Amino acid sequence: MTTKKIIGSVTLVFVAASVLLVFAVSFLPVKFVVLWTDVLIFILCAMCMGFAAYASQHEHLRAPWREVARDRVGVIAVVFLSAYLVIGLLDSVHFRMPLPDVKQSTEQQYSNDVLSVLDWMATPVREGVEKSYSAPFAAHLYVKETVDLPDGSKVRLYPRLQHGGAHLNNPEQERSGDILNTSLSSIFEGMVVWAVLTVLLISWLARRHHRPVSEMFGLVMRGRTEIPWHVILLATAILILFAMLAMNLSGKYHIFGTDKVGQDTFYQTLKSIRTGLVIGTLTTLVMLPFAILAGIAAGYFRGLADDVIQYVYTTLSSIPGVLLIAAAILMLQVYMATHPELFETAAARADLRLLFLCIILGVTSWTGLCRLLRGEAMKLREMDYIQAAVAFGVGHFKIIGRHILPNVMHIVLISIVLDFSSLVLAEAVLSYVGVGVDPTMNSWGNMINSARLEMAREPIVWWPLLAAFIFMFVLVLSANLFADAVRDAFDPRLRRSGLRACL
Amino acid sequence: MINYIIRRFFYAIPILIGVNLLTFALFFVVNTPDDMARMNLGMKRVTPEAMEKWKHERGYDKPLVFNGGAAGSEKFTDTIFYDKSVKLFVFEFGQSDSGRDITYDIKQRMWPSLVVALPILLIGLLTNITFALLVAFFRATYIDFWGVVLCVTLMSISSLFYIIGGQYLVGKLWHLVPISGYEEGFDALKFVVLPVMVGVASGIGSGIRWYRTIFLEEMGKDYVRTARAKGLSESLVLFRHVLKNAMIPILTGVVVILPLLFMGNLVLESFFGIPGLGSYTIDAINMQDFAIVRSMVFLGSILYILGLLLTDISYTLVDPRVKLA
Repeated sequence: MTTKKIIGSVTLVFVAASVLLVFAVSFLPVKFVVLWTDVLIFILCAMCMGFAAYASQHEHLRAPWREVARDRVGVIAVVFLSAYLVIGLLDSVHFRMPLPDVKQSTEQQYSNDVLSVLDWMATPVREGVEKSYSAPFAAHLYVKETVDLPDGSKVRLYPRLQHGGAHLNNPEQERSGDILNTSLSSIFEGMVVWAVLTVLLISWLARRHHRPVSEMFGLVMRGRTEIPWHVILLATAILILFAMLAMNLSGKYHIFGTDKVGQDTFYQTLKSIRTGLVIGTLTTLVMLPFAILAGIAAGYFRGLADDVIQYVYTTLSSIPGVLLIAAAILMLQVYMATHPELFETAAARADLRLLFLCIILGVTSWTGLCRLLRGEAMKLREMDYIQAAVAFGVGHFKIIGRHILPNVMHIVLISIVLDFSSLVLAEAVLSYVGVGVDPTMNSWGNMINSARLEMAREPIVWWPLLAAFIFMFVLVLSANLFADAVRDAFDPRLRRSGLRACL
Repeated sequence: MINYIIRRFFYAIPILIGVNLLTFALFFVVNTPDDMARMNLGMKRVTPEAMEKWKHERGYDKPLVFNGGAAGSEKFTDTIFYDKSVKLFVFEFGQSDSGRDITYDIKQRMWPSLVVALPILLIGLLTNITFALLVAFFRATYIDFWGVVLCVTLMSISSLFYIIGGQYLVGKLWHLVPISGYEEGFDALKFVVLPVMVGVASGIGSGIRWYRTIFLEEMGKDYVRTARAKGLSESLVLFRHVLKNAMIPILTGVVVILPLLFMGNLVLESFFGIPGLGSYTIDAINMQDFAIVRSMVFLGSILYILGLLLTDISYTLVDPRVKLA
């Protein structure tokens, strides 16, 4: 019954999404732009949904996931990861705004800037560009400027910001009071939203378990439910409070300051989320088919196939990863420089470079998984049930599809989630080395890289660094904790060494 | 033993040939030397003469693999492939695109890299194993739990944060050591302390966790139970039996990276201004010096394969069960 419900709701979401999409494409006065990574992201999402629908029908797949859902640390990580995911997805629907019709031409002209839904939602923050550096919550620039006074004389002072704190008449006196007021009211709003969500959740749970709402409330708050809803609610409360504070305050101030050219650092950090997620997920998506095919083929068929595949991955893995990436990206730069006609917009160009970076990272990282799968396939091949299948005359490919593949999937899954966090971290390092994402693209690596040059400045400009590090830290920490929960649930051999097993 | 080493050595040759062909394809087939010349001379308004001159100075004006115009064996030797790729096998790296002798640069720069990388490895190994033994000793208690939580937290911090934080705190705020730079001889110490500290700190989270897993796996084995059953104290079990047996997986991880220490750490060296091979590579990437990057790719692979060879040999030294066949 519940499985049918889940499938039903997944289908419903799919249908609703596609109807909305069709509606949006045909009626909104914008031109949609589909970047390569967008396509892959949505394919990945569809695959995840498909897998979820499939897994919900099969008990042996549902059981480990239920274990993940029972893990308190795991569910907190999931809540935070989904917040990142939502922002990343909002940032993955791109369009171009129509330009005002000045030439009276029949054909509608579109702006050259490719925007995403996130850009559109954050328009005031995106367009609130200052002249240069300004500290978090500042009302004045961080650097002195010469200003002409009305009487003709010149004065060196810290000029007022054009957007940050512009609504204040006398920032020195009003600012802290205004920040406090805004914070308190957003905390209140956040609590209201959270309370509504809690009530909705508990009444839904009560209906599902056929219990009175008051009893369900007690169960949830005391943590007596199978899934630790009280922990989920706590994590959601933190997220909602932060979101409310950020939303209300960033309308009035630059909550993480501005960078060298006066762009809002908070907006840049939000934009960097998509880059991080793309690198963490698409890299694995790109390398997965090769790793699975080659690994299983080598382990199952042995002989010549094994020799060739082993040779290929030993060769690839013997080149130090950073150097291979550097060489490939250098070559890509040359190629892009000599073929400028291939890219319609700057966004498309940066996007293709991101995709290529994912592919190269995939090439350097598939060897580990391939080696693991080869070993596992070799072990499985000798198992009685596979020997039996061979004796019954089942074809090789059927054996691989029906017996070997399902039995190595847990290794694949564990390595996907384990790789994610290291890939996000690698992006920052690669951008520093100069072989990361396009310099025009928002990414934590690029933020750190440009802020690093200001370290020598006195007083120090610390906020871009801190913003990038904090957002990256939360994402990577959640991913690491989630990976632990998944590994503990799926790998019986490692179950003892995980976090949960300590207690 | 000698036989075994020789045979392993011959196994390495096809892999090196593969690496060589791959780098050749990457650097000369994907993009022609013309593209590189245009890129290096500035994209716009490049005269064909300037391009020819650039290519000629660097030896990129020959045919790729087969020179029909030459005589005899020069048909094959007077080509880019022979000049730039085959000669790597005898460590003739040739000249960089800016005209410097790469072999000389590498010889000069590998020592500073080693001065930084070796202490990081040794001190890191010592700290990681010590702490890992500690948490393994207190396994399944709150010390273990919070130890692992701390490790995961440390793992989740970007290595750039350790570098920038270390430079800011130790170098700029406390003025204990210079922020960056390098000197020869014993003066190097004050420049090396901070990078080494940072290098150790950034590896500590994943390191402790990894060794803890190894120790715990080892502690689940039968011989440990026997040792406990015959009345040995827990610390004796840990130090005399578990540590000794856990050395085998630890050794695999360490020996394989020993030769790569010469290559240095790209990010660390460039942040701290250490004139090692890591910063050499970064500079080459930023100046788009293809000759240096190509040489470093090949050198890195050779050192890695050497590491694999050393691992196999060291196995036989520590594990008497492994027989060389």
